[in-house]
Amino acid sequence: MRFEALVEVRLRPGIADPQGATIERALPALGFDTISQVRAGKAFRLTVEAPDEMAARGQLDELCRRFLANPVIEDAVVSLEELP
Amino acid sequence: MTAAVGVVVFPGSNCEHDVAEAVAHLGGEPRLVWHADRDLGPVDAVVLPGGFAHGDYLRPGAIARFSPVMSAVEEFARSGGPVVGICNGFQVLTEAHLLPGALQKNSGLTFLCQPCEVIVASEESVLTEGVPCGTRLSIPINHFEGNYTCDERTLAELEATGRVVLRYAENPNGSVGAIAGVANDRGNVVGLMPHPERATLPASGSTDGAVLLSALLKSALGRARV
Repeated sequence: MRFEALVEVRLRPGIADPQGATIERALPALGFDTISQVRAGKAFRLTVEAPDEMAARGQLDELCRRFLANPVIEDAVVSLEELP
Repeated sequence: MTAAVGVVVFPGSNCEHDVAEAVAHLGGEPRLVWHADRDLGPVDAVVLPGGFAHGDYLRPGAIARFSPVMSAVEEFARSGGPVVGICNGFQVLTEAHLLPGALQKNSGLTFLCQPCEVIVASEESVLTEGVPCGTRLSIPINHFEGNYTCDERTLAELEATGRVVLRYAENPNGSVGAIAGVANDRGNVVGLMPHPERATLPASGSTDGAVLLSALLKSALGRARV
């Protein structure tokens, strides 16, 4: 089976996010005064081949833990969709 | 006797020649080691220099950590060999889990390139052995991701065990505890954001970096004699 995965890497709560904070500071000047709590992160889109969804998730979790995210400062969230 | 210092060159490193010059100026023998090599050769110490290894893609150090030479660096560190990561090299060492914590973006979201005063906070490392605590050194910094962070338990442990090696006199980047450099539990692996190699030759203005690099050469020789 083939899956398309979206991996979102987020800074963990409490980790300073100067990029998000700077984006947020620019918002009032653009008229977006109802938007707040901006956090910047990274997203990766990739394809996985695995016997089933659980195996695919297992591979992706390991990929995130060892490479895509640094667990000291980041969390990763994986969403999966089976490809036809 | 001369201390041979392996200076690892990743694609994107840009301080390897500065480190080599500084080491040679202080009487050491620098040897450049390409990142794809699996063997460090006969060296008494290893320096991971500054720059942008592998373009800093994903995170600084995240890809460099998987370079073939890193297995040899880990092995060398495990055997007690002195390993120092400067700036990007510090980031590589945290990504490789040879040092705790991580380096995140500077709190002011600006790239910092300026002279910086640091204070020696522990003598228990290959970079500060014989340099009294409280010694103030003027050494330049040059980084975007130099904001040292770790969880509270790790910080408490680092502080309690004398593993905070260098501290900023005035915290420029938001690092917890104003940490500019840390060591592993044995003191033989050290990472620091300031660039001692840029404050070693008389032409660079300050020569305070020579204090740290000389201590490293001495540690390297001490080990070589064993």
